[in-house]
Amino acid sequence: MIHFQNVTKRYGEKIVLKNLNLEIRKGEFVVLIGPSGCGKTTTLKMINRLIEPDSGRIFINGEDASKQNAVELRRKIGYVIQQIGLFPNMTVEQNIAIVPKLLKYPKEEWQSIVRSLLKLVDMPYEDYAHKYPSELSGGQQQRIGVLRALAVSPPIVLMDEPFGALDPITRDSLQEEVRRIQKKLKKTIVFVTHDMGEALRMADTIVFMNEGRIVQKAAPEEMLRNPADSIISTFMGRHITSGRQSVPLYAEDFMRTKVLKVPKTSKTLECIELMSRRDVNSLIVIEDDETYFGTVTIEEIKQHGKAGRNISELVSNETITIGRKEDARTALDRLLESAANYLIVLNDDLTVAGIVTRTSTAKALGEALWGEMPA
Amino acid sequence: MTIMDYLNNNMATFLQSLMRHIEIVAISVLIGAFVSIPLGIYLTRHKRLALFVLAFAGTVQTIPGLVMLGFALILFGIGLMPALIVLSIYSILPILRNTYIGISQVDSSYVEAGRGIGMTDFQVLFKVELPLAASSIMSGIRISTVYTVSWATLAGMIGAGGLGDLIWTGLSTYNKTYILAGALPSAILAFVFSGLLGLLQRVLTPKGIRGESA
Ligand SMILES: Nc1ncnc2c1ncn2[C@@H]1O[C@H](COP(=O)(O)OP(=O)(O)OP(=O)(O)O)[C@@H](O)[C@H]1O
Ligand SMILES: [Mg+2]
Repeated sequence: MIHFQNVTKRYGEKIVLKNLNLEIRKGEFVVLIGPSGCGKTTTLKMINRLIEPDSGRIFINGEDASKQNAVELRRKIGYVIQQIGLFPNMTVEQNIAIVPKLLKYPKEEWQSIVRSLLKLVDMPYEDYAHKYPSELSGGQQQRIGVLRALAVSPPIVLMDEPFGALDPITRDSLQEEVRRIQKKLKKTIVFVTHDMGEALRMADTIVFMNEGRIVQKAAPEEMLRNPADSIISTFMGRHITSGRQSVPLYAEDFMRTKVLKVPKTSKTLECIELMSRRDVNSLIVIEDDETYFGTVTIEEIKQHGKAGRNISELVSNETITIGRKEDARTALDRLLESAANYLIVLNDDLTVAGIVTRTSTAKALGEALWGEMPA
Repeated sequence: MTIMDYLNNNMATFLQSLMRHIEIVAISVLIGAFVSIPLGIYLTRHKRLALFVLAFAGTVQTIPGLVMLGFALILFGIGLMPALIVLSIYSILPILRNTYIGISQVDSSYVEAGRGIGMTDFQVLFKVELPLAASSIMSGIRISTVYTVSWATLAGMIGAGGLGDLIWTGLSTYNKTYILAGALPSAILAFVFSGLLGLLQRVLTPKGIRGESA
């Protein structure tokens, strides 16, 4: 649907886009992300020819964009910009109806478009159509901005940090609304943000840019799992929080790997001594081949243990185990349901990978929220 | 003789002078507006030229009115014409400057939003820039008008008529009443025009942005 072919853009000496190649499919929700100044806005504006490339070509629906009339092209491409895109001298209705009017739609038609679009975002026509932007909240203004871009039902919609200035709650609900509208109306959307959470949540495909180049183009899960560059990981770390819906987390993400393991041939006294030295009240017992055998608690040994005997007779195998690639959610549910203080996380070969405790969970969540500070 | 006596005896002449004065002001400001609004718009598209033109217009403005009238007299002779030319030139600067500033101050995101959704340059100008700059432009017209009302009294000197006639007559014959009969109405006229144009300014300011500027 949109195809960048070897696109380069310079401002004076500075090369802003370097030989960019990008293919965007019909109906795809593509999010452009990257550090400030990396060329996201420039890329976006080339699609509706607000900026022309110095070299290379951009095809829209197979047609070279530079060969089309720029004004007509723009009327077929929705455009939402940050914050103040609405014209303050026009009412909500006039704002939404601009493009239909430019295209000379008859009055009844654009009026019914305004009505049905306002319905789409639950803003009753009677209450809002005749208000001016200054009478709306920031979130409502941005909703209208989105509606205006949809008014003539363009197949492509461009959005440049549309929710950057909104509070988190409003932003969340608008993200969902846009996603819903996109699915319903099957639009191709190119969306610029610098919020990784937003990207993870909304995108079919994330295009990560840095210094005028595409560093990685991948589905959100793929980018999370295999970031192609450390700069992407840095971005992820910071923003992983609001991407929680689409971020797959596994049991291993919540586990602690430093655990005390003893062979099942250990003696009871040895174990008691180890436990008191390390200040723990249970141990993981493993087989000779290091696979998981069971756990033993200090109470068990004190009550039933006899000096000099093997620990193996006292081992319980009631502690819950879970594979390291199992869903984190399942792990947490089990941990919370059970009386136990921890779960054993097993590798594929049944050796012990670590344990999930309430503390390790809290720590992992903390890291997901606030990230590990870059050194 | 008081002003009242004067008015009672010379109502017809007085009204004629008043009307002529209003006429001179209206024509000069209209010409000024017709020149300076398009020029102001043009300058917003040519910022480097704008600096030069605005500086030049500012300099012209500092030439004393009497000197300008003197030149006009030499070039065009006596009568209405040279007065209109000089006053039109004077009325240009405030409108030009306010048009230029008004449009320049329209937030560039509005312009870009307009272009981005498919307005032609012409449509961006008429649907976005001019409405948003209307208040500033109108205030330029108001300033121009008030100035022109007082400058127009000078025009009486070169035989253009208007309230200035009365003032000059008064000055040359040491007649206080004549001076007042010309000066007072022109002061009142300035107030009235200013008020009326202020109202018009408010009406022409798009509803959605009213209240921000007085
Ligand atoms: N008109 C211009 N003249 C000169 N340089 C420009 C111009 N427009 C953009 N640039 C430069 O081009 C680079 C890319 O700009 P662009 O707006 O595409 O960045 P961005 O990725 O959208 O950044 P941000 O996240 O801050 O919006 C920046 O370094 C910017 O300074
Ligand atoms: Mg940008």
